[in-house]
Amino acid sequence: MGIARRLWRAFDDRAGISQILGPVLRHPVPKDARWYYVFGSATLFAFLLQVVTGIALALAYIPSTANAYDTLQWITHQAPFGRILRGMHYFGASAMVLLIGAHMARTFLMGAYKFPRELNWITGVVLFVVTILLAFTGQLLRWDQTAVWSIAVAAEQMGRLPLIGRALARFLLAGDTWGGQTLSRFFAFHVFFIPAVIFAFVGIHLWLVLRHGISEPPEPGRPVDPRTYRAWYQSLLSREGRPFWPDAAWRDIVFGVCMAGAVVLASLIVGPPELGKPPDPTIIQADPRPDWYLLWYFGLLALLPPNLENYVMVLGPLVALIVLLLVPAISNRGERSPARRPWAIGLVFAICLTIGTLWIVGARAPWSPDFTTGPIPARIIGAATGPIAAGGRLFYGKGCQYCHAIAGYGGARGPDLSAVGDRLTPAQMTWRILNGGMNMPAFAGNLTPDELDALIAFLKSRTTRESTP
Amino acid sequence: MSGDHHPAAAKAGSPASPGRREFLTRVSIALGALGAAIVAVPVVGFLLAPFFEKQSQVWRPVGTVDSFRPGMTVKVDFPDSSPLPWAGVVARTAAWLRREPDGTFVAFTVNCTHLGCPVRWLPDAGLFMCPCHGGVYYKDGAVAAGPPPKPLPRYPVRVRDGQVEIQTSPIPITT
Repeated sequence: MGIARRLWRAFDDRAGISQILGPVLRHPVPKDARWYYVFGSATLFAFLLQVVTGIALALAYIPSTANAYDTLQWITHQAPFGRILRGMHYFGASAMVLLIGAHMARTFLMGAYKFPRELNWITGVVLFVVTILLAFTGQLLRWDQTAVWSIAVAAEQMGRLPLIGRALARFLLAGDTWGGQTLSRFFAFHVFFIPAVIFAFVGIHLWLVLRHGISEPPEPGRPVDPRTYRAWYQSLLSREGRPFWPDAAWRDIVFGVCMAGAVVLASLIVGPPELGKPPDPTIIQADPRPDWYLLWYFGLLALLPPNLENYVMVLGPLVALIVLLLVPAISNRGERSPARRPWAIGLVFAICLTIGTLWIVGARAPWSPDFTTGPIPARIIGAATGPIAAGGRLFYGKGCQYCHAIAGYGGARGPDLSAVGDRLTPAQMTWRILNGGMNMPAFAGNLTPDELDALIAFLKSRTTRESTP
Repeated sequence: MSGDHHPAAAKAGSPASPGRREFLTRVSIALGALGAAIVAVPVVGFLLAPFFEKQSQVWRPVGTVDSFRPGMTVKVDFPDSSPLPWAGVVARTAAWLRREPDGTFVAFTVNCTHLGCPVRWLPDAGLFMCPCHGGVYYKDGAVAAGPPPKPLPRYPVRVRDGQVEIQTSPIPITT
């Protein structure tokens, strides 16, 4: 026996590590629990990656509203390994959000939330919610212009809650406005409060996994009956169970290492998200957008009819949370196999489709004015002098172009006017410009008669023939 | 090892012990709860402080009257009501100040009433526009288009000793 082994045995005899961990690691699991069971452990690995990279970043990050932006600039552009570390923290967060979503979808599709694992599901829902909170507060710690305005947006949403909304908004801002306390409190939530909740619930979640065992892969025609399930599951394990370590754990290790490798690779190739403008609330040229995991919600808020907006903002997250928590109460027995639960497949598909669609729309944000658009070139206007040329300049100068595009120049908030001359008469154009309507402001008080004539001349000249020569 | 515990276990199981044990259980739980409460009051109080704090508002000068041309809308910057020393640039606030043709002043917040994003002033268009969800306001702050449910909120403005002053205000929260 080597000296190292003898030392370990002596240490283990006193510490009792094998006595505690041995039964946990070797607990039997169903032999068919294969690759689709790795998402939960991978989520935990991603969280641990966040803890490690977060601690490293905290060596230099100063959670002060006056210094945070500068320290992040230093970490990203000057500190050795700083760029890759920030990238790993960002992509680790993305991986954690993706993996917990995949884990929940797998659990739902396979009916693994059914008896006796209802509490596993409920603690998982709590972990999902705090993971989103962790991701959101992490974006705010970037403490650039987008972070500052995102806090304002979050406070506005809190404000829609009846009775306590205004107080909650003040709580979020840590005062009447952003101030010295705003960032330090978000920092405390991000690195202490939320991770503490995650550690606690991961502990409970893992305990429940050990207590009830890993759910066996479902088979059609093998429903869960709470009266007989436990005895049946134990007989299954004693017949054909395999020790978790190493028979099942190797897949978790392989997938977890691949995930960590992908995170490192992404941070090397893509790098961390570049910081925006400084967090100065007096810089008005801002275009705040949430990180990708909440971009779909940003899109939803833009597309909602105004009369529904308050209800969705206030009740939407609450109802979604209650429904998720109640999933086991709705059905904790019966068929688990997705082949016998087509509605479950349909539901997951519908959720993915909805979020995916909103995500794409949120990324494009066609409802936002395009402040980056430049004047339409003279070759497209088709005249260098005269009313058409003047109208082309007014189209840009009066801000029409922020919302309407012509030949690819301009925003997508309003209809494309590349061929408006084919669709509307000058009288119709005049009426619409002066009176507004259909989500367009009225320009009656902001155009002289000459300006209006020039604008109409320009728009009238936008015909198919001219725009597609 | 187990032999060490037998005498104590036997003593604990004596006929006189249940009442004492119950008493000790209750005392321990009560003391633990009391200790937790004593610690929790300042911790929770500090956490929830923003719910109870009241910030008094102050008047901030933003420029001389003559520096603002009638009919023009310009951005003005001023410090918050009580900035903390380490607040840095976030202690600054902006407002859109408009001098009406009759010489009076109106100050609008820069926060869109939809979700609080910063609205821009487009002087040639005579409109405020929000980059987030496309809210549009006329020069008087009235909603012109898009999702904003209310007009742009206004700051109190006054003129003192030739200076235009704006009263600080909380970020307007649309309820």
